[in-house]
Amino acid sequence: MIELAEIHRDFLVGDQVVHALDDVTLTIDSGEYVSIMGPSGSGKSTLLNLLGLLDRPTSGVYCLNGQDVTSLSDIEQAQVRNREIGFVFQMFHLVPRLTAAENVELPLILAGMLPERRKTKVAVALEDLGLADRSHHKPDQLSGGQRQRVAIARATVTEPRVLLADEPTGNLDHKSGTDVIRILEQLNERGITLIMVTHDPEMGQRARRQLRMMDGGLRSDVLSSDHIHHGNEAS
Amino acid sequence: MKLHSPDIAWFSWGALRGYPTRTLLMLTAMAIGVSAVVVLTSLGEGARLYVMDRFASLGTNLIIVFPGRSETAGINPTTMMGETPRDLTLNDALALTRSYKVRRIAPINVGSADVSYLSRSREVVVLGTTHEMLAIRHWELSQGKFLPAIDLDRASSVAVIGSKIRDELFGAERALGKWIRIGESRFRVIGVMGSEGRSIGVDVQETIMIPIASAQQIFNTSSVFRILVEAKTRETIEPVKQFIIDTLQERHQGKKDVTVITQDAVLQTFDRILGALTYAVGGIAAISLAVAGILIMNVMLVAVSQRTAEIGLLKALGASPRQIIMLILAEAFMLSSLGAIVGFLLGQLGSWSIRYAFPDLPAYAPAWAIIIALAVAVITGLLFSLMPARRAARLDPVLALSGR
Repeated sequence: MIELAEIHRDFLVGDQVVHALDDVTLTIDSGEYVSIMGPSGSGKSTLLNLLGLLDRPTSGVYCLNGQDVTSLSDIEQAQVRNREIGFVFQMFHLVPRLTAAENVELPLILAGMLPERRKTKVAVALEDLGLADRSHHKPDQLSGGQRQRVAIARATVTEPRVLLADEPTGNLDHKSGTDVIRILEQLNERGITLIMVTHDPEMGQRARRQLRMMDGGLRSDVLSSDHIHHGNEAS
Repeated sequence: MKLHSPDIAWFSWGALRGYPTRTLLMLTAMAIGVSAVVVLTSLGEGARLYVMDRFASLGTNLIIVFPGRSETAGINPTTMMGETPRDLTLNDALALTRSYKVRRIAPINVGSADVSYLSRSREVVVLGTTHEMLAIRHWELSQGKFLPAIDLDRASSVAVIGSKIRDELFGAERALGKWIRIGESRFRVIGVMGSEGRSIGVDVQETIMIPIASAQQIFNTSSVFRILVEAKTRETIEPVKQFIIDTLQERHQGKKDVTVITQDAVLQTFDRILGALTYAVGGIAAISLAVAGILIMNVMLVAVSQRTAEIGLLKALGASPRQIIMLILAEAFMLSSLGAIVGFLLGQLGSWSIRYAFPDLPAYAPAWAIIIALAVAVITGLLFSLMPARRAARLDPVLALSGR
């Protein structure tokens, strides 16, 4: 479903060209659970942004669901982003002046959906994440774990096929972090493709497929057979 | 993908309310800009109207008609035949009231006559005229009333005397209601002229005014010496002049035997001063508009820069560049129209205070200035948010979100 072919992404810093991504070729199938690990500056965030159509490669081809999305216009890319991709961020990035429900509603508003349909979808999304009683709370009235769950509800309310998570537990304590990762994994079990960037090995090793990056390139691509995720499922 | 307008309004209004300090600061800047335009132009326009009013009181809209045609070149049949020009009559004067461009007319007759009260007597300039004369010449009375508004051809034994005459004939005695003798007739004094007659040429304080029909009886004439015509506005002077010439030519069997003069030299000066004042008001308006525009521009630039994180998020959620521009423009529109309205009200309050403090100054902001001020506020608000909005739409969402 995701096919990256010979992707390069160069940044110009001063006079110097920095190769943030250097010849990355990668295929991710629908429903996979992939973690991307690596030290900071290794290009993992750049890769995630590229996958999320927030950035364009300098060269190379990115096919999403068989469609070459690198050649799409900004507007078309925005549409794909809205429909196919959900983002979960380390800093949650909820709009502070909006309630939980309104935050979840945002992508539906941008999609041009009518209010009645939006309300139902938002209610269902919040219910699924156990936030029904928090829907009218502002972000600052919610705990970190609750905020991240609102962010997940917002990322999934449009029923995207790919969920991109950038250090989703980085700002949470261990317990809420584990909660959040479980929710993401449950979504993955229901069929969503989950791609998570982290530099926390404990989190990263839960994924079925683990990618390691270094200096803009993929250094290892490991399919783990006895990962913790399955262990959790067994218990 | 299409944003629904209620959603745009909801989101933008929420953004304005969500950051009250920022919104308040921007509204203040916008309001100051707009109110500055309103107050300054009202001040300038007030000064212009004040000067215009002062000039009008000098009688600049005045046209003077007298019999006889003064030719500057050539010899016309009238002079050849030695014919005296036809006199002006009261009916001629009456005919001149028929144009709506004429505000008022006053025919006059002048002569001198012996005036006496009891044993005191002296020779005085007697002015036969009408009720309208007071307004035309912007005279003021110090006591009593001016000549009554009666038909031109009706005589009436009433007189208005100059203050100097009053002093000479009556001394400390009360003049109002007393009977004086002018020539062979008796007149009752009904008014005394104020000491501030703003007339040029005639010393009002040394004249006696009586109804024109009475003056014609005293001087035994049916003609009129001059007709003063006041045009409605400065602009109608020329058409009124033409109207007078045409009307009198028609009444005088096609002969152009009257002279019509306007106060050209005064008028030219008047025009120059007014022109300068108009430019000054325009300049004041332009400068204050420019200041307001720059103020609004800065406000908008700051407003959008402060929202980069939110814009980055919207992009990540699938907002297209066009949608982001839309949302920012909607916000800018709300902000600038609200600011413009507040500024307009503040400005009106300001010019009201000026009028309150200086009642002589008609400090009303001209409609064009208000319309331009409001339009400039909204348009610069939109225009200068378009630039940062486009920048925001192109923003790298990753950088925007991370706040790096």
